[in-house]
Amino acid sequence: MANTAIKANQLGKKYIIGSGINSYRTLRETLNDRFTFSRQTETHKKDSDVLWALRDISFEVKQGQVLGVIGRNGAGKSTLLKLLSRVTEPSEGSVDIYGRVGSLLEVGTGFHPELTGSENIFLNGAILGMKKVEIEKKFDEIVTFAEVEQFIDTPVKRYSSGMYLRLAFAVAAHLEPEILVVDEVLAVGDADFQRKCLGKMSDVAKQGRTVLFVSHNMSAILRLTEETLVINKGRLIKRAPTAEAVDFYLSQELTQEGQRIWRENEAIDLQNPFQPKSLRLLDKSNQPVDTVRSTEEFTIEARYALTKAIKGLRIGVYVITSHGEYVFTTFDTDDARTFEEYAVREPGNYASRCHIPANLLNGGRFIVGMNASSYRIRTYFHEDQAFVFNVDASGAPGTQWPEPRLGPVRPSILWEINQI
Amino acid sequence: MKAEGSIKKITIKPTSGWSALNLKDLWLYRELVYFLTWRDLKVRYKQTLLGASWAIMQPFLTMVVFSIFFGDLANVPSDGVPYPIFSYVALIPWTLFSKALQDASRSLVANRHMITKVYFPRMILPLASVLAGVVDFMLAFVVLLGMMVFYRITPTANTWMLPLFLLLAIITAIGVGLWLSALNVLYRDINYVLPFLTQFWMFLTPIAYPASMIPERWRVLYALNPMTGVVEGFRWALLGTGQPPGLMTAVSALVALVLLITGMFYFKRMERLFADMV
Repeated sequence: MANTAIKANQLGKKYIIGSGINSYRTLRETLNDRFTFSRQTETHKKDSDVLWALRDISFEVKQGQVLGVIGRNGAGKSTLLKLLSRVTEPSEGSVDIYGRVGSLLEVGTGFHPELTGSENIFLNGAILGMKKVEIEKKFDEIVTFAEVEQFIDTPVKRYSSGMYLRLAFAVAAHLEPEILVVDEVLAVGDADFQRKCLGKMSDVAKQGRTVLFVSHNMSAILRLTEETLVINKGRLIKRAPTAEAVDFYLSQELTQEGQRIWRENEAIDLQNPFQPKSLRLLDKSNQPVDTVRSTEEFTIEARYALTKAIKGLRIGVYVITSHGEYVFTTFDTDDARTFEEYAVREPGNYASRCHIPANLLNGGRFIVGMNASSYRIRTYFHEDQAFVFNVDASGAPGTQWPEPRLGPVRPSILWEINQI
Repeated sequence: MKAEGSIKKITIKPTSGWSALNLKDLWLYRELVYFLTWRDLKVRYKQTLLGASWAIMQPFLTMVVFSIFFGDLANVPSDGVPYPIFSYVALIPWTLFSKALQDASRSLVANRHMITKVYFPRMILPLASVLAGVVDFMLAFVVLLGMMVFYRITPTANTWMLPLFLLLAIITAIGVGLWLSALNVLYRDINYVLPFLTQFWMFLTPIAYPASMIPERWRVLYALNPMTGVVEGFRWALLGTGQPPGLMTAVSALVALVLLITGMFYFKRMERLFADMV
């Protein structure tokens, strides 16, 4: 029987929101409170001031296990990783950790723009916990992995964002801790980079290290992990083999039906020239719906605004089954002529609509994701699970037998029968 | 569950109040101290035209200004040695201290992206700031030797004690740096208080004037400023002025140690809040 790597016992983390202890104060305020005896102590805090980011989390991970952690935004996944990485302290409970923890909560931690690539490799490596000797030994490997041999002696402020990310990830990828804890690093970077990341993580997992992987990318979770934890509002609500956990999450946790609208006050980075507005499902008469018939065509419409002209922008829509498998990916500039016509998109409001033909999808529940990027340059926006919708297969060919058909697609296929 | 022989077990749980200093962790991460010091130095001087000479310019130019206004115009006594060298000898350890204060107090806030993403003993950050200052000190010291040649002053036989006074300066800088850096995370107005505090402290230290100007009965109180011990010690060891180390130096050294130890404990106590509040 394998030994334990991590054993968490009723772990909890709370934050006091508002003008409490967790926001910095001025000396004047503190002194003022002391003199007027109005200092709020923790016991006198109102319940509404306290936010439990994590509560009553208990689980055990054996050495060599690869565990996924999924949940909606704000569920507490990153907080859990921060606790395991000792970046922040738990408010209650405890966790026993056997072995060195390497955390990848962000790539390029500690990178300084004025230093060269090679200098940053040493700096970043040291910050992540590698010894100088270790870094020297792996130096060449890291540079090769990052594909930045030519630029290794240039200050990183001159690097393109792609090079920067590759270098940052290359250093982190060569950490060899007993336990690796990874948080959503795949959410940044272009498709190429993401593929490289996944490949490396898969290697690490195969080496027998214990890995804890947080992601919204169900495909990656399915590919890399054996078991997955589902976190919701700070609680561990399910632990199951990955396929089951992903299914549970996608079918129960996602509640946005038929559309996803980004509100003004959502934390969308205002520096980003791409501002998503909405992603909606429209039926054949252009009505927003949450269910379509498999025998009818339908449209997925993405509305967005550009604050600056963008070259080579493409808007992508992903359709995923409720088990997390991709059905298809399509980009608005897939067609060569459209691609040339929209080589540059000027600032303004846009709607990109894709028309999905009738008789493509099978009955069931599907998830739509959206992506806005320019190939190999930058990903402007990415949301893996924007909304869910249902496909009703009644009336499709073959429904004279009330049995479910396997497979995500249900094309109308022409058969001929001949007596020969 | 028994841990394997080669794998260490760590238990993470909430701590409260005063906790042990955990110096062992600091030793484990000693290479990081080196790297962060190296980073601070490299970054500071990259792309500046004057580069490393800035470390020398600061105390040197201050010395020039002091010499004109305090030495010549105000005729402040200088214990029998030319005023420029009198003030310069004091200015180099002072610059070490004030620069360390400035950098150390901001070190945690300035490195917030690291503090919120990676674990390492947070004390390393103010420590690296102080050590970077020591390197600058060495550069300015070379200029000092040049000045001594110029003024034809030979170092006294007590020059061997200089490293001890340097150590005292470093201990003071680390102690105060730890206090300020921790306080700065919690109360951002430390940033605004600091320039005033530094200025005020400089005049409380016998840099522009000799300690002999202070009336006898105030001397011990005056020595509660650890930099007094440093500065007077530097002068005594190199130039032979002032009193040999006695009660004043002992008081200064004691205060420095108290600042260091209390600083370390306070820092450790507040450390658990840093990632949440920085």
